[in-house]
Amino acid sequence: MRTVNLRGGFVDGAGALDLVFSGNAQLYAIVRLSLFVTLCATAIAGLVGLALGAAIGLTRFPGRGAVVVTLNGFMGLPPVVVGLLIFLALSRSGPLGNFGLLFTPAAMIIAQAVLITPIIAALTRQLIEDLWVEYAEEFAAMGVQPWSRVTTLLWDARFSLVTILLAGFGRAAAEVGAVMIVGGNIDGFTRVMTTSIALETSKGDLPLALGLGLVLICVIMAVNVGAWSLRQWAERHAG
Amino acid sequence: MPVLPCLSFASATYAAGGRTLLADISLDITPGSPTVLLGPNGAGKTTLLKLAMGLIAPAAGTVRLGSRVDGKPLRTAFMFQKPVMLRRTAAANVAFALAAAGREQTPAMIRDLLDQVGLITQANRLARKLSGGEQQRLALARALARNPDILFLDEPTASLDPAATKAVEDIIAGTAARGVKVVMATHDLGEARRLAGDVVFLAAGRLVEFAPAPAFFNQPATEAARRFLAGDLVL
Ligand SMILES: Nc1ncnc2c1ncn2[C@@H]1O[C@H](COP(=O)(O)OP(=O)(O)O)[C@@H](O)[C@H]1O
Ligand SMILES: [Mg+2]
Repeated sequence: MRTVNLRGGFVDGAGALDLVFSGNAQLYAIVRLSLFVTLCATAIAGLVGLALGAAIGLTRFPGRGAVVVTLNGFMGLPPVVVGLLIFLALSRSGPLGNFGLLFTPAAMIIAQAVLITPIIAALTRQLIEDLWVEYAEEFAAMGVQPWSRVTTLLWDARFSLVTILLAGFGRAAAEVGAVMIVGGNIDGFTRVMTTSIALETSKGDLPLALGLGLVLICVIMAVNVGAWSLRQWAERHAG
Repeated sequence: MPVLPCLSFASATYAAGGRTLLADISLDITPGSPTVLLGPNGAGKTTLLKLAMGLIAPAAGTVRLGSRVDGKPLRTAFMFQKPVMLRRTAAANVAFALAAAGREQTPAMIRDLLDQVGLITQANRLARKLSGGEQQRLALARALARNPDILFLDEPTASLDPAATKAVEDIIAGTAARGVKVVMATHDLGEARRLAGDVVFLAAGRLVEFAPAPAFFNQPATEAARRFLAGDLVL
């Protein structure tokens, strides 16, 4: 039987941080891979989600209501289910099996991107649609051309769009079920912060798990602080 | 002074939401000093302006804009009662209006337009951070960026304090003096007296009276206009 020293986990909180910040090369590799995977996934999902959201927000077509509801529902896709479906698609006998992506960082990027694309698209759709209602008559009176209307709406929504991207980033960074399934948590290759935390917790190394958890929260906070500072700067230097 | 109509309504009717908002409007607006649409809230002033601008189409009858000497259609510009400020600087708002109108956006032109509305010192401030009066003046600059022959203004001072109202009215008077035909809606009698060359009095979606301003204010021809001028509610 495994003994879990819960008390030690907290009493040794300082020890955990020592471990985390002691320049452990292996740990840096895990943090680096986590950031790489999540940033790639956010970039891909950002491109697809913004375009998709803006397109749905600004067009009217039969069945649009169903598309909007589906998209909103997909914001709550269960990560393990997405992981399973992508696992099936990427496995040797699956439709994308030939690419040999299963248990690689690329598979993890795909999984996170699939998870957060609906979030980014759905929130963008709502944002752009509301802004469009506000701007429509003014655009008509000013004689703004259709394409320019789209770019103007996206530009004027820029700060809110960054917040939406951050929501996607946060969700992707915190995700564990899907990357565990499609990445396999292979030491030195597909092990990221969330899967390490799950592993260390189950092994009973609570100080390390706790330390990694702190690092993960710090990374997400750092990205948000960076985005917030950028916004402050942009608002001061608007022009 | 040519008196050819620059804007003609012929039996124009507009309906929305199952209600007739404007009924059987026939009206020839000619060049000259401002034409003021006067009437209580809900009379149909905004609807009439939108019809004139072509933002909405009449259900029946016609609305026709005149043409310029060279045969091209008259250029129009519209200022909404609550103008939407683009989320960028005052200067960028003007530049945007110039671009949308297909005009060049030189710094000199942007400066000149901001100068006309007294916002040159606010050029680099975010439009949404400007005061109500400044936003209204920026909206005027955006409208003027279209270099209009006819300028439609919907209650341009409705939410402004007296000082800001005076600033906006001075710009409107100056614009009209330069030969731009101003067609504006207001429910403010004082503003109508200060600016109007002629008055279109609307009530409950109907054209009640159309007369030169002195005649309208001194000898209103209808009971409804008399009551409105006396401060009674006209419905
Ligand atoms: N799209 C619409 N659908 C239904 N009713 C409308 C619509 N637009 C305006 N109205 C109504 O039409 C009437 C005239 O409106 P409006 O032209 O805005 O009046 P005013 O500008 O003189 O205050 C009002 O009673 C208003 O509520
Ligand atoms: Mg109105």
